Amino acid sequence: MAKRVGIEVSLAVSEAVKLANVDVVAAYPITPQTHIVEHLSELVADGHLDAEFIPVESEHSAMSTCCGSSAAGARTYTATSSQGQALMLEICYIASALRLPIVMTVANRSLSGPISIWNDHSDMMMSRDTGWIQTVAENGQEAFDLTLHAFRVAEDSRVLLPVIVNLDGFTLTHVIEPIEILDQKEVDRYLPPYQPQMRLDPENPVSIGPVGMPEVYTEAKKAQDEAIRGAKPVIIEAWQEFGDLFGRYYKPVETYRTDGAETLLVTMGSLSETAMTAVDHMRADGKDVGLVRVRLFRPFPFEEFLAAVRGAKQIAVMDRALGLNGAGGPLAVEVKAALYDEPERPYIWNYVAGLAGRDVTIENFVEMADGVEAAAADALRSGYTIINVRE
Amino acid sequence: MAKETGIVSWKDLALGCAVVKPGSSAELKTGDWRSQRPVTDYEKCIQCGQCYIFCPDMVYTQNEMGFYQPNMFYCKGCGICARECPADAISMVEESD
Repeated sequence: MAKRVGIEVSLAVSEAVKLANVDVVAAYPITPQTHIVEHLSELVADGHLDAEFIPVESEHSAMSTCCGSSAAGARTYTATSSQGQALMLEICYIASALRLPIVMTVANRSLSGPISIWNDHSDMMMSRDTGWIQTVAENGQEAFDLTLHAFRVAEDSRVLLPVIVNLDGFTLTHVIEPIEILDQKEVDRYLPPYQPQMRLDPENPVSIGPVGMPEVYTEAKKAQDEAIRGAKPVIIEAWQEFGDLFGRYYKPVETYRTDGAETLLVTMGSLSETAMTAVDHMRADGKDVGLVRVRLFRPFPFEEFLAAVRGAKQIAVMDRALGLNGAGGPLAVEVKAALYDEPERPYIWNYVAGLAGRDVTIENFVEMADGVEAAAADALRSGYTIINVRE
Repeated sequence: MAKETGIVSWKDLALGCAVVKPGSSAELKTGDWRSQRPVTDYEKCIQCGQCYIFCPDMVYTQNEMGFYQPNMFYCKGCGICARECPADAISMVEESD
């Protein structure tokens, strides 16, 4: 039976990885991811998890090791953050191109400089185009559930792609929450043993990762693009089955009090919970405001997103990363692209907030909702504002 | 994967663009963009095998008489054999067709 316990979210993620019965963990510690891999190394050292824990000398080596073990047919996990992910990025592109179902937790943290260990979504956006499936957790329970979901999706024979589970550094990783930890039997029902479709095997030699000449590179990338686009139904199916088994249902795009809402906030990650409280306040004040939360960032769920925002007059998109010198934050750019072909488009303003752990309060969300209404009324040319910046 | 060219639909690629058949590079025609071809003067050839050793594409094989003969399916016309031949038996001639 599942047990509801007070546990640090990082440790709950480690427990999920243990329950997934991984074969290999190769990781390098980096704040705020450290507790996850520290606990996993303890679980292995104490004999609670029968896996190889490989303490590598860098994140570049961590991902390289993961590629090797995954290619050998082992269920493989790693975790990182920010600068660490930047260092492993070269190999992240290779992992997805080689169709290796590695699961990675990214404890989201800002990128230097200035040097910062605090939470925002710069690292998530840096890895936006790596070809990894990316989900985003809002709270500790989701971090646990999405980790199991990640293995299930990654290893599905219709997918075979690596998956990143994003969770906000400190805001989630370092807090203690009541989390329902599933037991081994329950997890085993949801997550079958990994059956590699192709693996490094001396009896049946294959070359994984050969050079792709101009004659074949385009076809290889086309196949990869089709694979990640085709993953969405499996991602949704795996969430549906998770809900049927354990009672917690997840969707690519979640809505909160959007019925009849003229103004919508769009968020990702843990700040969505603050935004929900802000929506409650605004609804109590008679404002028609709702919230749309993006849980699946890659592949981007265009149809589900359009359905969620249909009918709204204006949308305030909150980004937790700057798209330096672009059209706005990365999420806003995605949202604008999603809506471009719609015959009736809502007005969009982009707010960049919560950089490097800067608080985003209920008042800030009210400011965003009021701000987008005012900008729409004044028909300002669509742009973006950095919230809370000191002039 | 199509023999000789390696040109193939994206749908027919193996998972992750892997090469699933060992030794399949022998099927690839590497000799299709040659502008010069090596021609051996067997009057001068001393059967030393330097062309066989230095060829980067395994073009040369020895026949029953001990002479090394090139397989134009693989020859890219790089000219290394002609350069290395100690007897100056190999000359590079323009591909005319």
